[in-house]
Amino acid sequence: MKINSRSELVELRKSLSNKITLRESGATTDDTIEILIGMATCGIASGAKDTYNELITVIEDLNLTNVKVISVGCLGYCYMEPTVQVCIPGEEPLLYGKITKDKAFELIEKVIVERVYLSDNLLIRSFDKAGASNE
Amino acid sequence: MNSKYTLLVCDGASCKTTHKANLAAGFKKVIAEKKLGEFVSVVKTGCFGICGQGPIVKVLPDDLLYVSVKQTDIEEIVEEHIKNGNVVKRLLYTDPFTQEPVEKQKGKKIYQKQFRIALRNCGLINPEDITEYIAVRGYEALASVLADKTPIEVVELMKKSKLRGRGGGGFPTGLKWEFTAKQPGNEKYVICNADEGDPGAFMDRSVLEGDPHSVLEAMAIAGYAIGASQGYIYVRAEYPLAIHRLNIAMEQAREYGFLGKNIFSSGFDFDIDIRLGAGAFVCGEETALIHSMEGQRGEPTKKPPFPSVSGFRKKPTSVNNVETFANIPAIVLNGADWFASIGTENSKGTKVFALAGKINNIGLVEVPMGTTLREIIYDIGGGMVNNKEFKAVQSGGPSGGVIPKEHLDTPIDYESLKQIGSMMGSGGLIVLDEDDDIVQLAKFYLDFTQDESCGKCTPCRIGTKRMYEILDRLTKLEGSPDDLDILEDLAVNIKNSALCGLGQSAPNPVLSTMEYFKDEYEAYAYRKVKHTYSIITDKCIGCTKCARVCPVECISGSVKVPHVIDESLCIACGACYTACPVNAIEKP
Amino acid sequence: MEKVNLDLKDLDLEKLAELDQYILTLDDPVERLINVLHRAQDIFGYLPPNLQLYIARKLNISAAKVNGVVSFYSYFTEEKTGKYVVSVCMGTACYVKGAEKVLKRVLKELCVEKNEVTKDGLFSVKDVRCVGACSLAPILTIGETVFGHMTEEKVPGVLNKFRGEINED
Repeated sequence: MKINSRSELVELRKSLSNKITLRESGATTDDTIEILIGMATCGIASGAKDTYNELITVIEDLNLTNVKVISVGCLGYCYMEPTVQVCIPGEEPLLYGKITKDKAFELIEKVIVERVYLSDNLLIRSFDKAGASNE
Repeated sequence: MNSKYTLLVCDGASCKTTHKANLAAGFKKVIAEKKLGEFVSVVKTGCFGICGQGPIVKVLPDDLLYVSVKQTDIEEIVEEHIKNGNVVKRLLYTDPFTQEPVEKQKGKKIYQKQFRIALRNCGLINPEDITEYIAVRGYEALASVLADKTPIEVVELMKKSKLRGRGGGGFPTGLKWEFTAKQPGNEKYVICNADEGDPGAFMDRSVLEGDPHSVLEAMAIAGYAIGASQGYIYVRAEYPLAIHRLNIAMEQAREYGFLGKNIFSSGFDFDIDIRLGAGAFVCGEETALIHSMEGQRGEPTKKPPFPSVSGFRKKPTSVNNVETFANIPAIVLNGADWFASIGTENSKGTKVFALAGKINNIGLVEVPMGTTLREIIYDIGGGMVNNKEFKAVQSGGPSGGVIPKEHLDTPIDYESLKQIGSMMGSGGLIVLDEDDDIVQLAKFYLDFTQDESCGKCTPCRIGTKRMYEILDRLTKLEGSPDDLDILEDLAVNIKNSALCGLGQSAPNPVLSTMEYFKDEYEAYAYRKVKHTYSIITDKCIGCTKCARVCPVECISGSVKVPHVIDESLCIACGACYTACPVNAIEKP
Repeated sequence: MEKVNLDLKDLDLEKLAELDQYILTLDDPVERLINVLHRAQDIFGYLPPNLQLYIARKLNISAAKVNGVVSFYSYFTEEKTGKYVVSVCMGTACYVKGAEKVLKRVLKELCVEKNEVTKDGLFSVKDVRCVGACSLAPILTIGETVFGHMTEEKVPGVLNKFRGEINED
């Protein structure tokens, strides 16, 4: 699909805005939950691929049809790889570190099903950034 | 959440080891004693990035921060805040600008030392899905430039933003574009330098793997500004994932019409292709890079002519680095004034650093120019591993130098780093602790540059070899005090006479370490360096642990009797030092 | 000096056909010599002298030029490598965390020098510049697999994993 003008591009972006709002502030009403997993070289070297596959398996086993796993780049927390961000509508997105394959089930059970924090692995987002969604 | 309150207790390495606090356990104990378990849960978290004020406790849902919390404060926080609902004002986080305690954090973020422009989308979007980049206003900078600005206006915008090259040299990007734009002819090129060769730097890889479209978009903007319709990304073959994601991104961008003919119906054509590097550090130098792209040995040539006049295929070419490009869409969308408002007088915006070495929070950080090294290492980086003593930080890789303790408060920008004998470089920061041998480190870098020297000019080819030999001699305790003078002399001469940036900067690791750690060089020159470990007899309890781990079996002694190391056999592996439970082993 | 094999007949025809196919897709294969060499090394595993000569003839350039480029870049190898290439990262972050000791131990375990192939043809060892996974320093990679936080003691175990795979075959 070719975009021919700026207005077409802006229209398209507006239709996609929910996605970014969910990831930045959680202020959406949609019921889709997203798990972003850092899949840059260092994340993969720390086992992110195994975690990714395990997350998908657990989600299928528990039949959580509204949970999506998305591979993203590096957040910079190399010492806590593999890192994931859990985005639940209506809640601040949460970062978790050292989510290896064997932590995947616990992450989904605690954070998504029971809605409690996963102690020891919670990361604090320690940066501000240039705005993207402002206009 | 189930409980009324949640306490987020920092369990980062800095709060845990520097302050030797196990606050989480302390809170749990007091909460259990007061039988408040139903109302409050305790969660251990990673670093808050303000370790200087640690240990940190965040209270939810009130959303406020307590800082510098000690064991003795736990009782008060639980009793006052959790039980009675009163804020403990004396422990509140203070806003660094207003100097007022922040009672309600809501809506107001804590002041973060990190500010991300180049890394703004990394970790937030799926790099293999162009719609996610569009959702964060992707390609809108390109669209607006094509709709509203002439190429000259784009160059002016870049000049006004004062963006400087992030690959190390710090040349103003706007000026580079201007020179290239002013050259006659229709055939011009945009090149993205993704030959990240500094061992210990990986920010360009992260950008390419996490946000490839921002680089493609910026290259198209550059093409429009300078009048080029073709761009190339020269990328290290060692980065297969980055190459893979770039290929996907280019394909998707073509499908959406962001690359190719008649972009946004503006009549502007631009496309991008990838050229692979093959493992040569010198190819980060722009003339060498261009030769490599032309299928030649990557040897540099004398400037002038600069690539902006005669570059790829002898045509005007602008070579910019990955991180530089990644800044550009954000500058176009937010304005040159916004960008120029960040940073120091002569260095605007932010810089990404790759923190590695003996530091707790190894990772990528992006900070405004002017942030001090102390803030980067102790606040964002979480301080030293095992609370060891900071010795120096190496910046700029094989072209840079070390920065010792006394310069930790230097605000980082291009000029200040040069003044203290180092350089910004691509942004690798390797933190060294008391155990690191500075002369060995200098030798390591010389080994590197000597190996990577292309061999074209004599000062670099032969000079770095001689420097390496002297360092090798010194570290083997076969040198003499005269060697130090020769070493320095050679270093200065190479710096002044080598052909390209690699050669001219190759002596920097030696010059800067000699300036700040002359005593360590002298210790080697006067052969006063001890090469073996020894046991302090008074402290040894005769546990036999050291003897059991020694790989060359040079430790003797019987149970409960002080042991002895045969120094003629010791290989200084340090296994005994690590094994000893009572610190009875002395290091070389 | 050892005699250099320049006999083009010793090259695998099927592999050559694959390389030819690739060269045909390029508009300007001479300018893209480095890409051609990358592909050739992918297909053949290394770039022996006769293969370099073949490429030179194919692109109508001198063999000296091809060899000049091959020998300039550390990514290209003229020697046969082991089935598994053990790469020990010698970037700065790995260096300060003891990569040298890891490399020494690997060489000792395999009884080879750098860039030499073990007698069973299974391993060869090289040092590489920064892989960019500094948080896992020191690291070594075997094929595509990265082993982080390496110590001397971990070396035999890591190597055995690959020896084991062979026995199972």
